[in-house]
Amino acid sequence: MTTPAPTRGRALRARSGRPPWILLVPALLGVAFLVLPLLGLLVSTPWATMGARITDPAVLSALWLSLSTATAATAVCLVLGVPLAWLLARADFPGRRLVRALVTVPLVIPPVVGGVALLLVLGRNGLLGRHLDAWFGLTLPFTTAAVVIAQVFVAMPFLVVSVEGALRGVDARFEEAAATLGANRTTVFARVTLPMVLPGVGAGAALCWARALGEFGATITFAGNFPGTTQTMPLAVYMAMQRDPEAAVVLSLVLLIVSLAVLAGLRGRWT
Amino acid sequence: MPESPRHPRAALRWTAPLMAGALALTSCSAADDAGRDGAGTASETGPAGTLTVLAAASLTDVFTELAEEFEADNPGVEVELSFAGSSALATQINSGAPADVFASANTDTMALVVDGAGLDTAWAADHGEDGGVFATNTLRIAVPADNPAGVEDLADLSDDSVATALSAPEVPCGAATAAVTDTADVEIAAVTLEQDVRAVLTKVELGEVDAGLVYATDVAAAGDAVEGIDFPESGSAVNEYPVGVLAGAPEPELAAAWVDLVLSDTGADALTAAGFGTP
Amino acid sequence: MTTNDGRRAPAPRPGADVPALDARLRLARGDFTLDVTLEVAEGEVLALLGPNGAGKSSALRALAGLVPLTDGHVRVGGRDETTTPVERRPVGVVFQDYLLFRHMSALDNVAFGPRCQGLSKAVARARAAELLEGMDLSAQARSRPGRLSGGQAQRVALARALAVRPRLLLLDEPMAALDASTRVDVRARLRHLLEDFDGAAVLVTHDPLDAMVLADRVAVVESGRIVQQGTPAEVARRPRTPYVARLVGLNLFRGTAEGTEVTVDRRDARAPWVVHVHEPHEGEVLVAFPPRAVALYADRPHGSPRNLWRLTVDGVERFGDQVRVHLVGPMPLSADISPAALAELGLVPGAPVWAAVKAAEAECYPG
Repeated sequence: MTTPAPTRGRALRARSGRPPWILLVPALLGVAFLVLPLLGLLVSTPWATMGARITDPAVLSALWLSLSTATAATAVCLVLGVPLAWLLARADFPGRRLVRALVTVPLVIPPVVGGVALLLVLGRNGLLGRHLDAWFGLTLPFTTAAVVIAQVFVAMPFLVVSVEGALRGVDARFEEAAATLGANRTTVFARVTLPMVLPGVGAGAALCWARALGEFGATITFAGNFPGTTQTMPLAVYMAMQRDPEAAVVLSLVLLIVSLAVLAGLRGRWT
Repeated sequence: MPESPRHPRAALRWTAPLMAGALALTSCSAADDAGRDGAGTASETGPAGTLTVLAAASLTDVFTELAEEFEADNPGVEVELSFAGSSALATQINSGAPADVFASANTDTMALVVDGAGLDTAWAADHGEDGGVFATNTLRIAVPADNPAGVEDLADLSDDSVATALSAPEVPCGAATAAVTDTADVEIAAVTLEQDVRAVLTKVELGEVDAGLVYATDVAAAGDAVEGIDFPESGSAVNEYPVGVLAGAPEPELAAAWVDLVLSDTGADALTAAGFGTP
Repeated sequence: MTTNDGRRAPAPRPGADVPALDARLRLARGDFTLDVTLEVAEGEVLALLGPNGAGKSSALRALAGLVPLTDGHVRVGGRDETTTPVERRPVGVVFQDYLLFRHMSALDNVAFGPRCQGLSKAVARARAAELLEGMDLSAQARSRPGRLSGGQAQRVALARALAVRPRLLLLDEPMAALDASTRVDVRARLRHLLEDFDGAAVLVTHDPLDAMVLADRVAVVESGRIVQQGTPAEVARRPRTPYVARLVGLNLFRGTAEGTEVTVDRRDARAPWVVHVHEPHEGEVLVAFPPRAVALYADRPHGSPRNLWRLTVDGVERFGDQVRVHLVGPMPLSADISPAALAELGLVPGAPVWAAVKAAEAECYPG
């Protein structure tokens, strides 16, 4: 990191002063709290067998399934969640507060309960699922699609809340300016509002993707656990934990490194 | 090796006895006090005292029922029941938790205790060095009440059109499953390998799968929602439940009496009703 | 959009005696009511001048269709646009702070409107490029708004508003976002660009200088009403309210004329206060004269200025290279004198002073 004008940078820093300890101490404690478990994971990692384990086809298959389903889930969340966020931020309709509260329900309920709820609705005998089965011969549970659905369910609130916040921060006068230039509401949204909230959408999508990647409870309940089809990395970690805790540590670490790499890579682009 | 089979449907039913157990552990309830007063100064006369039984979670219903019987037969005696996973209980016992009786869901875990804290030598001399097996649990095929796929035996589960849930090979029930399928030389095309036997049963109860392999006790606990189908190969993975009086038991006589009750016809009836087999 | 018989009314050609803008705007919001009537000819620039909260921005938003009218009408080129949605009004708006889209280049900002009107990307960009070129902004066409100077941003905003070929151009405080050092140049340039626009233009400002320089006609808005309308020169010379007088820097009095004697309206009728004017008038009049027309004397001056009053100094402040002296007495008055004169007279607050105004300097007009 080279600054073109280091002297000036230093001068600025001097003026802003040191962060007050009342903020610094809790902040450092917070970092420690988040980083120490990670450190524990690193310390107990059997590095010697690491190479062999991560090239295990079963691990690679679970990793690929995790990355692809989390990405698909994020795409679905974007398609459904951004318009929903717009509705919550911009449209005035009765029951908006209620809808906003409902959006956060998946954050509150335990994912396993979410999985059961999904089974009750989309399962073979579920409210909608039984019709899907009868009319289209379509059964969702135990399919990769079910993994994506479970992830969408738990991850969508992260996107909606982020994007709604970003939309609320947008100066509505820009939208008015676009309207005076002849833009209808769709054009205003697509060409003015959306580009303005893109950083918020990006942050929401990153959170959403990370949550989808780590999703366990709803997935194992709704989609089951079968290598290659529905066994994502978190499920593989859990299963490994039953018999071979060392393997579980390695798998966790792989998941962690890959997700950090992806998120760090994306972050760089947005800022 | 086999895990303690848990009762999927019994989650709610556990709550009440567990709560009662917790209460009994911390303090005596009013009813208990009344009972003790009625029997005079219980701790000083006759067969009175508190019997502490640690038992596998799958025994919750049976042991709770037997405890009531035991207390009725022995006025002034109070049975404290503590249910948890067998290995968790074994760890507690080996770390010195005071208890009288240990009932395990498998012989391996009992072996840990025999090698660790040990069994009461006098009792073991009469009943066996490794404890006495009082119940068995075997796999059954669980199908939804209307048996939509018309499953009749284990071989039917190899049909791809029959959606089957199994326990993951990593967990004990999955190991038992592997044993019976090996014996039967059947390859089951599972749609999911669940993280425990309870999850398998849930999938069957909800009708999401046509069949699942679970323990006989799970079928019994699930009630009408699930139908159980026996198959001969289940004999190749019999899960045995041993019980023993622990070394240093505060109430060795009561403990021996409790084991006798469990091994008696009364005990056998209760176990059979819950889906267990008896030796 | 349509006439009574359902046909789409043809836009009258410039020169027809239909005003380019004919609007009556009535907006009621809580206690505040805006009620103004505006008429603007082709090629004319009307400035709405008034204090903050007078309702001038509301008027502009109503013309653009951004707020619905409680009552009234908006006709542009003879066509009724009262209920036309914003995006279909023949209106271009230059917003305060310009509101250029930060994620687009200057060129794409200008091409945005034509694109929305259905032109192809190439045609829209060509039109935008042409407009930018006309405003000496070709070099900035690819720049993001963040890289433009205030004056450049203003011209891009103007180009963007003009790109939709509006019949009515609205400018909301176009100079407010600029710093003082660039204002003179930018104002002159904007004036020049506005001259080229052949539709009606309405400009909102709280700065009398902007109004005077940029507009052909000024309408002063106070508390939701137009209190005075006229050419900048008229308004500057003959203010009708204390607010306007203060804006244009004149002493203003309301009174009753009998010949060349104007008796100023006062609460205390027992001590009449008279201003002598040059031209004879009768009845209700306003009298205005600039502070520089007021001469101050420590002692009663010789000769006989027609208007001579004994007043007291209330305060002194710098005003350009002059000093403005605030006087109180029967009527408050401002006088501009040179710093040298100030020193000579030894004026301090509370000091008595003689103030004289020549009758010829006092502008008198019907009130």
